[in-house]
Amino acid sequence: MAAPIITEPAPPPARGYWRRNQMRLAPWLFLAPGILFFAVYVILPIFQSFHISLYRWDGLGEARYIGLRNYERLLEDQAFYTSLWNNVRWLVLYLLAIPAGLFIALFLNQRVRGIRLYKSLFFFPFVISQVVVGLVFAWFYNPSIGLLNPLIGLFGFGPVNILGNPNTVTYGIIAAGLWPQVAYCMILYLTGLNAVDPEQVEAARLDGAKGWKMLWYVILPQLRPATFIAVVVTVIGALRSFDMVSVMTSGGPFGSSRVLAYYMFEVSLSEYGFRMGYGAAIAVVLFLIMMVYIAFFLWRMWREERGG
Amino acid sequence: MFPTPVERRSAAVQAGYKALLPFALILWLLPLLMVALFSIKPDADFTQGNLWGWPSTFAGVENYSRVFTDSAMPRYLLNSVFITVPTVIGAVALSCMTGFALGVYRFRGNIWIFFMFVAGNFVPFQILMVPVRDLTVNMGLYDTRLGLVLFHIAFQTGFCTLFMRNFIRALPRELIEAARVEGVSEIRIFWYVVLPLMRPAIAALSVLIFTFIWNDYFWAVVLTQGVESQPVTAGITAFNSQFRAAYHMMSAGSIIAALPPVMMFFLMQKHFIAGLTLGAVK
Repeated sequence: MAAPIITEPAPPPARGYWRRNQMRLAPWLFLAPGILFFAVYVILPIFQSFHISLYRWDGLGEARYIGLRNYERLLEDQAFYTSLWNNVRWLVLYLLAIPAGLFIALFLNQRVRGIRLYKSLFFFPFVISQVVVGLVFAWFYNPSIGLLNPLIGLFGFGPVNILGNPNTVTYGIIAAGLWPQVAYCMILYLTGLNAVDPEQVEAARLDGAKGWKMLWYVILPQLRPATFIAVVVTVIGALRSFDMVSVMTSGGPFGSSRVLAYYMFEVSLSEYGFRMGYGAAIAVVLFLIMMVYIAFFLWRMWREERGG
Repeated sequence: MFPTPVERRSAAVQAGYKALLPFALILWLLPLLMVALFSIKPDADFTQGNLWGWPSTFAGVENYSRVFTDSAMPRYLLNSVFITVPTVIGAVALSCMTGFALGVYRFRGNIWIFFMFVAGNFVPFQILMVPVRDLTVNMGLYDTRLGLVLFHIAFQTGFCTLFMRNFIRALPRELIEAARVEGVSEIRIFWYVVLPLMRPAIAALSVLIFTFIWNDYFWAVVLTQGVESQPVTAGITAFNSQFRAAYHMMSAGSIIAALPPVMMFFLMQKHFIAGLTLGAVK
């Protein structure tokens, strides 16, 4: 596009309200549609959910104010504790995606023929929808048709039904969730490794650094921005886990693979009647957990803005 | 470069590395390869227990065309397109403006509005679910594609604003200052000076949002329920109950459902990765 700064005729002398005030008005004009949408669909609903959590409401009839009763009930709800505990397991195990992603990135950070295609193929599980990833893994685990049992049979391990056993089901779903997440972390680290200062690496090599030492003292410090983003997206991803639980087990067997995100959905929109108020209370708990990370992220960003 | 490039190692290490690559890749993609194999097998292979062997006959064409002729899959795919494309356009358009406002102007409250967008982008969906569903029902948009599109535009504006604002911050300010000295109005500066420079960001963001929205499942089940409006992520469950235990068909259906974002990724790889890794390098 031609730069009109040069081709435009000289502007008329500034006049009129708009001319005089445009520097002050322009940002708000540009922000208005975005803020309107965001306020109506994201910001207000957060407060509304807090409000709804104080009511008993089936989503249709009259809502009845019951104070903190929903929260009191949560404290006695075994399903809530199961979900919370599963969220903790998700969070901790999901973080394995970061070292695993780094490991694969280091493995692929070479310049042999065809390596670009390899990088793309290693990455592309991330692009597939979680629903399909969930289905693919559910079939992979399936005792009658899945490849997992014949595979571990080669090493002498007995047949397992991962998704049918309350003790293993959550780990099975987390493993499926890790697959795309590792790919994501891998691509973050590959980009980071690309930007590592080669002179520093060579200098460290001359000083005799190699292997683990080099990785720990020279490479990882330079990968900090990538690590930060990897942690943020992984934590958020772990707490958002819904699709896989829904597709692979619907929270079963016997509710043992529920997470807060799924339990909330189940309570609010189950076929046994909608319990919107109770669901909102679960959502508030999940929101408050997430808020810790959001606050941390914003704090870091704020510090950077000050510095920059 | 770290680790040490294999070219600098012995020939044995080089050969070993090159042999390891395809092996590692197959292992990595094993679950997917299994489903791909299923999708080209005839029904008979499953009843006769030929699960892992070579397909007795190549049934790929038949299976995949049955996905299109014997099920509502084409309808779901079309719904996905009509949900995803307007969302991409809407969210990118809104965030070009918000990003411009927050990236270029210094005014009181700038950073707080920016933080509002960033924080909102991270909230769990469940805290929005009940009120958003209620709002959509009240507007008469429940179980319509428009209802889903409006929400997606609003929510994605958070992430897109973060992205666009940081991109605009990195543009040379002198261009804008020079235009102002010339007396160009702020709206023209946006349209003729900044927007052309934002084309790489717009491309990267469009590809990313396309993938995010195509793959959305949660909002699809919360805000829609029928074949008239549900996207393919939600439709695949209905598809699977139609072909219950017909693994060759379910496999083919899943692959079709997953394909559009995968194609988008391979076609627009550079933009996709540029968008995804923004901020991963200082």
